[in-house]
Formats: sequence, C-alpha cells, structure tokens
Amino acid sequence: MTALTRGSVRPNQWLRNLNAKIASIPMILTAVVIFLGGTIWTVVYSFTNSKLLPRLSFVGLDQYERLWAAPRWIISIQNLAVYGFFSLVFSLVIGFVLAALMDQKIRFENTFRTIMLYPFALSFIVTGLVWQWLLNPQFGIQSIVRSLGWTSFSFDPLYDADIVIYGILIAALWQGTGLVMCLMLAGLRGIDEDIWKAARVDGIPMWKTYVLIIIPMMRGVFITTLVIIASGIVKVYDLVVAQTSGGPGIASEVPAKYVYDYMFQAQNLGQGFAASTMMLITVAIIIVPWAYLEFGGGRKRG
Amino acid sequence: MDNMFASNNTLTAYEKETRRIEAGPSGRKPRRRLSRRNIIVYGTLIVVALYYLLPLYVMIVTSLKGMPEIRVGNIFAPPLEITFEPWVKAWAEACTGLNCDGLSRGFWNSVRITVPSVIISIAVASVNGYALANWRFKGAELFFTILVVGAFIPYQVMIYPIVIVLREMGVYGTLTGLVIVHTIFGMPILTLLFRNYFAGLPEELFKAARVDGAGFWTIYFKIMLPMSLPIFVVAMILQVTGIWNDFLFGVVFTRPEYYPMTVQLNNIVNSVQGVKEYNVNMAATILTGAVPLVVYFVSGRLFVRGIAAGAVKG
Repeated sequence: MTALTRGSVRPNQWLRNLNAKIASIPMILTAVVIFLGGTIWTVVYSFTNSKLLPRLSFVGLDQYERLWAAPRWIISIQNLAVYGFFSLVFSLVIGFVLAALMDQKIRFENTFRTIMLYPFALSFIVTGLVWQWLLNPQFGIQSIVRSLGWTSFSFDPLYDADIVIYGILIAALWQGTGLVMCLMLAGLRGIDEDIWKAARVDGIPMWKTYVLIIIPMMRGVFITTLVIIASGIVKVYDLVVAQTSGGPGIASEVPAKYVYDYMFQAQNLGQGFAASTMMLITVAIIIVPWAYLEFGGGRKRG
Repeated sequence: MDNMFASNNTLTAYEKETRRIEAGPSGRKPRRRLSRRNIIVYGTLIVVALYYLLPLYVMIVTSLKGMPEIRVGNIFAPPLEITFEPWVKAWAEACTGLNCDGLSRGFWNSVRITVPSVIISIAVASVNGYALANWRFKGAELFFTILVVGAFIPYQVMIYPIVIVLREMGVYGTLTGLVIVHTIFGMPILTLLFRNYFAGLPEELFKAARVDGAGFWTIYFKIMLPMSLPIFVVAMILQVTGIWNDFLFGVVFTRPEYYPMTVQLNNIVNSVQGVKEYNVNMAATILTGAVPLVVYFVSGRLFVRGIAAGAVKG
C-alpha cells in the first residue's frame, strides 16, 4: 500500500517486513490450517466410514447415500427450506417496511430503534426459551385467547409436528428483524434527498416511489442483507435446541443439529462429516454467485 | 445576509408585501398533528414496539410470580404478590444434573471465558489488521481473503478438525481451548474491522513516523492504538455480546464443569426431571440475557455501528 513497503525488490525477501509477518502468524495459521485445512479435512473424511474415531478407510459415497436415505435428514432439509424461505421473505419485507416507517422523519426514532433491536443482543438460547414459554399451550398465548371466550382457539406450534417450524420462525423473526431494519434504514438514509424531491414533483405516489425507484437503488443493501440472513439460516442450531430440542419427535430437526448429534452423541463421525459437507455446499450455492457478482463481475467491468 | 436586512429596512410596506407574495408560501406548512398519515405511521410503530417488548415483559412478570399464581393466572397479568424467590433460586439453587448450585457457576464460567477471549481476540486481530493495512507483504491479501471467505463456512464443518488440534495441544475441554476457539472465529470480522479502520487513517502519519525511524511495534503502540479507541470499543461490544451468547462452542469444546451460562441455562430449563418451575426458568433466562442487554443499552449507537460493521462483510 505505502510507497515504503512497495519497494520490495530486494534480495532478502523473507527478512523484509519481518515484524508484520510474525504479527500475521495467527491469521495465516487460522486461514490456512483451520479454515482451509479443516474444511478439506472434513470433506475428505466424509468419504470414510469413521465411527468413534476418524479413520482413513474410504467407502466412496456410502455416507451420502445413507444420509439421503435417513428420514431425519430429509426432515431437517425440508425444515431448513421452509424456515429459510419464510425467514428470508419475512425478514426482508418486515425489515424494509419498518425501515421505511422509521424514515418518515418521526419523533422518538431512537426509542423505537432501541426497542426493535434489543432482541438482537440476546442469545438464541434466551430467545428460544422465552418463546417456548409464550407458546406454551397450557399457560401461554393459546390459554389467554381461550380464557377470553374463544374456547376452540388452537395455537400450539411447539407441540404440533406439522407447524412446529413456524413456531421457531416466529422466535427467529422476533430476534432478527431489528437488524434487517437497521441495515435497510442505513440504506434508505444513503439515498439522495433529490430523488425524493424529483419523484414528488412528478407526482409519483409514495409507495410507487419506493417500489419502482428506491428499492432498485438499494440493490446492494438488499443483496448484502440477503447474504447475511441466508448464511445465518444455514447455521441455525441454538434456537432449535432451546425451543424444541428438535421435537416433537424429530419434527423440528435442522441440519446443524444433525451434524452435532452424529459427531458428538451418536459417535458416527462419517455421517456427521457428510452432513456438514452438505451444509458447506448449501452455503457455497449462496455465496459463490454473490461473490462472483460482487467481486468477479466488478473486475471485468473495470 | 446583512446586506439583505439592510435593503429590507428601506423597502416600503407595499413592496414588502409584493415580494412576499412573489416568493410564494414560506415557513412551515400548517399541518394537523394527527393527520391520517401520522396515525398510520405511529400506530404501526407502536404496535410493532409492543410486539418486541412483549416477551421481555412476560419474562419479567413471570419471574416475579409464585408458582401457584402462574398455574391459575395468565402470563400477561402483573404479579399479585411480588416475590424474588425465583431469582434467588435461579442464581444459587437451580439444578443441572447432579449439581444444584444454580446459574452462578455458569455466570462465572462465562466471565472467565469472555474476558480473556475478548482481550486476546481483539489484540490479535488489531495487530493483524494493522499489518494488513500498513505493512503489506506478499501473500497477505490471499490469507486475508481465505479468512474472510472462511467466515461464511458453517462452524460445523470445522469443529471436528479443531477438536483434534486442541486435543493434540492438550487443551481440549479446558477454558484455554475455548478461548483459542473464540479467538479463531472472531478473527475474520475483527481483522476486517481493524484493517478498514487503520487503512482509513491518514497515511502521512504513518509515513512521518517511519521517517522518524519508528518501527512496526512503536507505530502500533504509540500512534495507531491511541488514535483508534472508538474502533476498539466497537470491537469489544461485538465480542462481549457474541462470546457471551455463544452456545455451540461452549457445548463442544468444554467439559460440564466449565459450561458457559447459556449452556447451563438450557440444561436447567430443558431438563426433563422434576417439576417445571416456570418462574425460576424465566428468572434464569433474564439473568443470562442481562449482560448483553446491559452492554446494548449502555453502548447505544456504538452497538449499531458494531453490528453494521459486522454485518457488512467484504
């Protein structure tokens, strides 16, 4: 970067800038040994039949065949798909609408923001346990509505295998939409005031200005938010553990929990490695196109 | 400005009036305080705010009730008789497995995990970021790219190799091991944060120090560090809340006697044995959430800045 360090055409290449190299050892080790090495290690061992201990006896794609034949994995994937889809859609829509409301030059903006964002400071464990209590059919929301006179009212997502994932979704949205709102608000604040004036002069209604002008202009913010939410979705684990422990039965299992249980509980490492490799592939499907658009495409243009 | 006032004074009343009319309406538009638009905007925001506050309210209310009152009453009702017994019980008596010494053990474990993890991860990452911003060497960008891309890899992929590495080092299951893990996983975002911050500082400062003969560490400690207090505070907020709220690493990399507060909380609330004491559970939940909440409310805008920095990776 600097002129001084750039003149690096000297014979003793390795000793130059030695302090910086020594200081970067933790970063280099983390990047190469843990992130790169660890990932490759896991992928390689996912082709073995490791049980209690990792062993290098290759069995081809056996672990993957077993994985995709396991009902629990299929349910995990279905849950992740449903949870991921609704989580993305609702986070983006709610987050944007809230940000648009907050952008109306309102009073008490700080108070509203503080209230909407505080759940994000809480852990998924705390979030899960609170919503477990609120959704408790015996004491929670269901019993309140029933006591108001609507005795046939039924809302017990955590005990109904068909809708349990939506119970988790409610808690996740409570925890995470504040963050999306904040990111969107920052995006809205970055838009030139003149755009609004021009739209008003042309007599374009406000909602139309948002949909046709502002949202397309905020493409970058939307994509960044999307990537953040999406990579968070794939990792979802604590919330499920706290709120339902995967139940009722196996109805709310997710891939991250499958990995943990097979690696550390069932002593079936090979299955755990195969499942975690599938998670890696899922993330790659999200990240690679984004990285390409964001960095690769830009380089071509430039 | 002065000129205008001066000429204004000499104008006749008639001229003033014509100018005023020609200039068009001025000043604030008279607006009814309760316009329809305002009602919709504030109404929605208040309803949303209530939705966000509801769980916190229910948590607090439940934790102050006795169990008999919970069984008959509704969860939104304020306590008829306030009792702090659930809090005492959650802190000092709640059972996980065979231990019945409450959440206090988890709290102190979390403190013993969080404090060194925050300090070490920030120290390591700030020096990394500094080297990347000011002392670039060949290949540095490549390692940094791997690091940032690695931040998106699910932890589950890297957990087992780390278990092996820690076991080889002889620190698997100890607090030291967990501190190392937090340092590793805090590194991508923190390094990015510090690199961008240091790169934004005026380059002349660095050059001048170099001309004066200052080396790598002198410049770091004497110039960069004193100039970067805000970013250190942002990093601290990010790390304290992140590490305190961690669950997965706590479960995987420590033994039960070192379990952090989140893990112990989950074990207390979701234990299958015994009668469920919802008031104790809620008191324990608030206690666990208290530290990040305090950090959040005290830090205010800096917290927002931290998560914005944390969120906008790359």
